[in-house]
Amino acid sequence: MLIPHPLLGLRDAQEFTYLGDASLLNRPDASSPDAAVAFYDYVYLRDNPAGVHRELWFHEQGDRSWLIVTRNTLTHEILNAELAFKSAVKSEVLA
Amino acid sequence: MTRLTGGVIDHETALRFTFNGKTYSGRKGDTLASALLANGVQLVGRSFKYHRPRGVLSAGSEEPNALVTLRGGAREEPNTRATVTELFDGLVARSQNHVGPLHRDVMAVNDLLSPLFASGFYYKTFMWPRAFWEKLYEPLIRHAAGLGRLSGEADPDAYDKGFLHCDLLVIGGGAAGLAAALAAGRAGVKVILADEDFQFGGRLLAETHQLDGMPATSWVTAVMAELSGLENVRLMPRTTVFGAYDHGIYGAVERVSDHVSAADGEVRQTLWRITAKRSVLAAGATERHIPFPNNDRPGIMLAGAMRAYANRWAASPTRHPSDPVIIFTNNDDGHRTATDLLAKGVPVTAVVDPRDDAPTFGAYELITGVVDDTKGRLGLTSVRVTQNGQSRWMPCGALGVSGGWNPNVHLSSHHRSKPVWDEALLAFVPGKDLPNGMIVAGAAVGQGTTAKALRSGMEAAVSSLAALGISAERIDLPDADDTAAAQTAFWHVSRKGRAWVDFQNDVTVKDIVLAHQENMRPVEHLKRWTTLGMATDQGKTSNISALAVMAELTGKSLPETGTTIFRPPYTGVTLSVLGGGDTGKHFRPTRYTPTHQWSASQGATFVEVGAWLRAQYFVQPGETHWRQSVDREVLAVRRGVGLCDVTTLGKIDVQGPDAAEFLNRIYCNMMGTLAVGRVRYGLMLREDGHAYDDGTCARLSENHFVVTTTTANAALVYRNMEFARQCLWPDLNVSLISTTDAWAQIAVAGPNSRTLLSRVVDGFDLSNEVFPFMACAELTVCGGLRARLFRISFSGELAYEIAVPARYGNALMERLAQVGADLGATPYGTEALGVMRIEKGHAAGSELNGQTTAQMLSLGRMVSEKKDSIGAVMSRREGLAQDKRRLVGFRPVDKSEAIVAGSHLFTQGETRNTTTDQGWITSAAYSPHVGSSIAIGFLEEGDARMGEVVIAANPLEGREVRVEVVSPHFVDPEGGRLRD
Repeated sequence: MLIPHPLLGLRDAQEFTYLGDASLLNRPDASSPDAAVAFYDYVYLRDNPAGVHRELWFHEQGDRSWLIVTRNTLTHEILNAELAFKSAVKSEVLA
Repeated sequence: MTRLTGGVIDHETALRFTFNGKTYSGRKGDTLASALLANGVQLVGRSFKYHRPRGVLSAGSEEPNALVTLRGGAREEPNTRATVTELFDGLVARSQNHVGPLHRDVMAVNDLLSPLFASGFYYKTFMWPRAFWEKLYEPLIRHAAGLGRLSGEADPDAYDKGFLHCDLLVIGGGAAGLAAALAAGRAGVKVILADEDFQFGGRLLAETHQLDGMPATSWVTAVMAELSGLENVRLMPRTTVFGAYDHGIYGAVERVSDHVSAADGEVRQTLWRITAKRSVLAAGATERHIPFPNNDRPGIMLAGAMRAYANRWAASPTRHPSDPVIIFTNNDDGHRTATDLLAKGVPVTAVVDPRDDAPTFGAYELITGVVDDTKGRLGLTSVRVTQNGQSRWMPCGALGVSGGWNPNVHLSSHHRSKPVWDEALLAFVPGKDLPNGMIVAGAAVGQGTTAKALRSGMEAAVSSLAALGISAERIDLPDADDTAAAQTAFWHVSRKGRAWVDFQNDVTVKDIVLAHQENMRPVEHLKRWTTLGMATDQGKTSNISALAVMAELTGKSLPETGTTIFRPPYTGVTLSVLGGGDTGKHFRPTRYTPTHQWSASQGATFVEVGAWLRAQYFVQPGETHWRQSVDREVLAVRRGVGLCDVTTLGKIDVQGPDAAEFLNRIYCNMMGTLAVGRVRYGLMLREDGHAYDDGTCARLSENHFVVTTTTANAALVYRNMEFARQCLWPDLNVSLISTTDAWAQIAVAGPNSRTLLSRVVDGFDLSNEVFPFMACAELTVCGGLRARLFRISFSGELAYEIAVPARYGNALMERLAQVGADLGATPYGTEALGVMRIEKGHAAGSELNGQTTAQMLSLGRMVSEKKDSIGAVMSRREGLAQDKRRLVGFRPVDKSEAIVAGSHLFTQGETRNTTTDQGWITSAAYSPHVGSSIAIGFLEEGDARMGEVVIAANPLEGREVRVEVVSPHFVDPEGGRLRD
């Protein structure tokens, strides 16, 4: 597979380490009253869609940036790749 | 000899080879199969299950029968298809899967026992009695399993792997592939043309069709000459594209020097990873046979293969030139074999064709009927032909069979595309959702006439380039035959007797009938119950015939019956070439520590720690056992001073205004409050609350920390910290970089360590008051070399770790050893390091195995309640928080006994099972300080059981040791030594 790195262009998937569902970006608030339940969901529950999936890839053999890659798990077509850093900043601003 | 004239071989160049010890002569351009046939050898092997005598069936990579072992010694290569083995001078080949000589195989008794070996016989026979499995059935099956045998030796040859990129990959170099490559080549784009054969041309080499009134081979020669002259075209003969992968990546194996007897310095095979913007699959078609009783005898082959042997290789399929040949076909294409063979002077006596309207094309008898039995155990002698209910035996030295052609759709379905049934072609053709960018052309898509193959190949190239925005000219194609071979569906001859469908795995029509009776009707069940198509040929000649039989039995149509899809590889790929030379030490880089040279000069024995090579212990003259060396090193540290390279521990530089806050969230304990110039022990949890790594954190300045990790987790901790920085808390102003390789770090440990260090530092005050336990500083040593000094101790002694830029590591070690000689400075390795940390009860990899918690490590109070950190919330959940197992120490009651790590702990007198299990020993060592074996481990409520004697059971070795529960701090429990 080839991953279109937003800064470096098409890179071979072998340069990356895979983590999983991009929902891992949404770490719960530890001070909230339902933190225990929220963390349980966060750590253990994932969607595993047959189709479009937003997921985290780490460019470990490259520039060490974490990417959010939008991939169709049926066709392996990659629809988008963005820096997780930027997305994380954006969602914090929105929150 | 049954060598004919003509063909695409060099009649002037004789090549000598041996088969089963006998020497034969072949010609340059032969395959092993064609050379054997030309020598009148029909019997080449034995079938897998029944050990039936078998001959060459096909002329290509679909071959199920003619599997041989090539070469010898470490280069022995089993299960090689003789039909694709390019002949070379000195080739040595042997038949396989027989006991005794090939023509008198003892195992042929299996054939008489065949009723025992019906579909699913494994599942039916070997189920009971249960106890027989391990002792009898499995060894028996293992002995009988497999075809050829491996040498058992390491492969002595070199293999390679490489990457290629192109605009258009053309898979297959027959009529369609050549037309595609030529059109794209002339358009100037980067083209790769790959074919598994050693000669380009595909079926054009095997047919007598003319192109522009000339032999097709003339056109092939001209096209190859033009393509060779194009710099943008890479020709790859002997290259099998075996798989279509994601994003236009194809796997291919090039057999670089398989076709020469001695590959002087050349690699044997190369694994190519080809990234292609577009591809044309022009893989041709595979002929199918027609199952009828005893259709597997040597001398019975596919009609198209027979024609290829005669036309391309000038080899007759019979043992003697005068033996009559008969053709059994349901289509016009089979008749071509009759006319081509007659033209070569081979006596074809009859064509048997079940079609009422079968035409006749030459001077042979046309029999409207079927072949329904054969004779000739080691080679065909006669066939029974039945016409209008009347049977007669006809002498026959070779029978050509054609049941139609199956497009080679394999690569088109590597991305789960299901082939679809084409009723007009009576074949499955590529379906929807092909691999991105792939167009299928020629016979592989049912465009099988020469004219259609040429045209569809060219059009596929033009369309492929158009999709890339490149306009390619249509090329002039030669005039070619465009007569589609008429055929009528005819799948098998129903008659008593075993009719083979899958030759390699010995699956007969009867087996399919039985599978049907036993309700194994879906294609996938049929396949597994009968093992149909599961041999090394993956059913290339059998799958569709089997589906047709099943369709008939179930009363369904073929498309309703369905087909299995194909997965890579198209043909077998050796593990050697997948390794691509990255074997043994080349599997991954070896990481040497900065002091490696010095360590080697001091007699170090090295141990692999991940990719690192670390000094394990240093053997001194007179030491004959590793324990002597380790005990000496441990005592030298505890009494004097020792030196150990600890560079391999991970080092992560953390800088920025928010570095302190960031580390508070990474470590479960408070780190932000650490004073500048101080070091603190830190524990990291996984988000699920388990402990996963520990180390020290040093604050060099307000905004600058240095984190150390365990050797094993260096990359993981860094990855997780980057995740936290980029994905969880992007608002924190902090930067990270791994500096593991940048700094050489040496532990200087023991009562004399301060004195030793004072001899290398540049006027730095090492006194306890100025530089106490857990202090750190940046300084210079040895007259201006920048360094970092940490007063930390893994051994429990007064100790330091000193870091200098990596390139000075070896020199610093030499200097320390030199100026510390009078202090007893002693190099020590990982073994002594391990003994001393067990003596101090420090956790390491065995204690941080991913299943343990801060509480279990007696570090529960470290998990700060005042802040959030990774894993903090989950560490408090039920189950983890209530875990009562604690890390404690153990000593054998009988001092002479040794405790073994991994032993499980039980209360004395208690029965031993998983419910009474009290914990386990994580680490054990002989402690020269204590004078006995010692251990640490997790024990239920261990902290409350000091002094109790429990059992450390080692059922694997049938041993147990009575051990006393003690504090895990065997040395200096008050910690006075390291604070002095």
